[in-house]
Amino acid sequence: MSEPLIALQSVSKRFVQPLDFAGKIARALGADVSDEVVHAVEDVSFAVREGEVVGLVGESGCGKSTLGRMVAGILEPSSGKIRYRGRDSAGLKVQMIFQDPFASLNPRMRVRDIVGEAPVVHGLVKEKDLDAYLDGLLMRCGLDASYKRRFPHQFSGGQRARIGIARALAVKPEFLVCDEAVAALDVSIQAQILNLFMQLRRDLGLTYLFISHDLGVVEHLSDRVVIMYLGRVVESALTEEIFNKANHPYTQALLKQVPRLDSRKTQFKPIVGEIPSPLSPPTGCHFHPRCPHAMPRCREQAPPLKEVASGHLSACHLNA
Amino acid sequence: MSVNTLEVQDLRTHFFTRAGVVRAVDGVSFEVRPGEVLGLVGESGCGKTVTGFSILGLVDAPGRIVGGRIVFEGADLLKLGDEELRRIRGARIAMVFQDPMMTLNPVLRIDTQMVEAVRAHRDIDRKQALRVAREALERVGIPSPDSRLRSYPHQFSGGMRQRVAIAIALLNRPKLIIADEPTTALDVTIQAQILYEAQKLCRESGTALIWITHDLSVVAGLADRICVMYAGRIVEQGTVDEVLDAPLHPYTHGLIGSVPSRNRRGTPLAQIPGMMPALLNLPPGCAFRARCPRAAPACMQEPKLETKTNNRLVRCFYPMQA
Repeated sequence: MSEPLIALQSVSKRFVQPLDFAGKIARALGADVSDEVVHAVEDVSFAVREGEVVGLVGESGCGKSTLGRMVAGILEPSSGKIRYRGRDSAGLKVQMIFQDPFASLNPRMRVRDIVGEAPVVHGLVKEKDLDAYLDGLLMRCGLDASYKRRFPHQFSGGQRARIGIARALAVKPEFLVCDEAVAALDVSIQAQILNLFMQLRRDLGLTYLFISHDLGVVEHLSDRVVIMYLGRVVESALTEEIFNKANHPYTQALLKQVPRLDSRKTQFKPIVGEIPSPLSPPTGCHFHPRCPHAMPRCREQAPPLKEVASGHLSACHLNA
Repeated sequence: MSVNTLEVQDLRTHFFTRAGVVRAVDGVSFEVRPGEVLGLVGESGCGKTVTGFSILGLVDAPGRIVGGRIVFEGADLLKLGDEELRRIRGARIAMVFQDPMMTLNPVLRIDTQMVEAVRAHRDIDRKQALRVAREALERVGIPSPDSRLRSYPHQFSGGMRQRVAIAIALLNRPKLIIADEPTTALDVTIQAQILYEAQKLCRESGTALIWITHDLSVVAGLADRICVMYAGRIVEQGTVDEVLDAPLHPYTHGLIGSVPSRNRRGTPLAQIPGMMPALLNLPPGCAFRARCPRAAPACMQEPKLETKTNNRLVRCFYPMQA
């Protein structure tokens, strides 16, 4: 097997909220208070091979966006390593596409500058060739070349998403991290953007980490799926395998909840309870307070990721 | 007396802006029976929210309801005065909005807000009102309702907050609830919990429910009937099975094709080209014709909403099947 494009090795991210002044005084006087620590991502390892699309699924607060930002190089991991083709730095080869097409474009810059700034600064394109370069790029993303002089507010949500994609592609990346890139779009526009992603994958041989809470979108696009719950990976496998033979109780419950066009007059049977706060996650297996199969052991010991079938990892004590 | 809880006939809500008239809702008609769930489906800007707001008389200037009838339990809401409408709103018709953070008052405790809503419509003392509030919280599955009543909105998670909003809608045992994208901001597992409560409510108390959403998959599991809206008009109406299994309007057909789970993995999605036209000064004729694969010269005229077999309605000259 070839070397993976991106490999994550026991990556963790902790966010620490230091005590405020009053808290420090209270601690000096002997009160039992300490810094608030959120384990956004805990000991995550996986690899993405060249040309592969990996879907990263989880509910809000599970750490999927934090993980995506670390892969894109926006955040430093607190511990662990992210290797790109065996090297420590990916440079421009990893780019990110953000969730909100309204907040992620500078409202005071024209499309020409939003998309064209980075390739010029990094010396990929000379200033005098920029217009021709942008024309091709915008066309590839389904935008008219005449839009270069416009500002972001003159575009619809779907067009802004395309501008965000063009900006990411401008520096000729190999790997795109898409963080909920279609969540803010209407169904018919979402389909257009998903088609664009698949088209770009074919044309440019791109590799994706596709972060989404929408299992339908992930199923359609991904080769492999990684499921996260409260900062940990609970299951990962090929897409067919996950959707047909889910192993982890959380994945099974999650799949059952997805509303589908074909399931009419469903008897909704929700997972009991809320997603616990990442500030004070449950001990042992994070899912045990909501799990129908919870055993005493699940309260005490976090289950490790184990191979349950070829290429299919799951973290559950039931597999022991 | 009609058996329908609500009948909307030829509703027209227009916004008179400086740039021109926006026909946000332009001749919408539908009805809801007791205990029925009606899914009002469409993309952003199709007028589905304004339809909900019009029913409750919540349309603000420059918007105005310029025509139509909204008959609720036999009375035309558009003919009622402010005071009479106030007595219905929040008591017999309730609304659940998309963003519970925006609709709950952040500086008042939940009990204050709920007691206020109860006592605005019923002549009971604070203690009794608190009991009603507590029961409502219990019904939507909020654990330890007594202590939760004394919490502020920011102490709840998003899903909990939406459940509180639904509990407030339930307080006065309404006959009709209008829910505007109530689960759009929520996670899948929390969405399933809300859908479960909504379903239970309609089954047990015969409350009629209008569920406004852009998500066809959600209404597939929840609704009895579907109205599909496009550019301020209803383009198709029928039972869930009919509309989703055999859509007549090309727009509905396209929407269903856009849903990823309907397509084979990795294959291009059947996308609808273009986007919804701006409603400002919409040209005459079928609003969908610019994006429609079946468009023909006849579409320069506005098609009427016609009845097909099984009381299905479709607004198209060239529906998908005759």
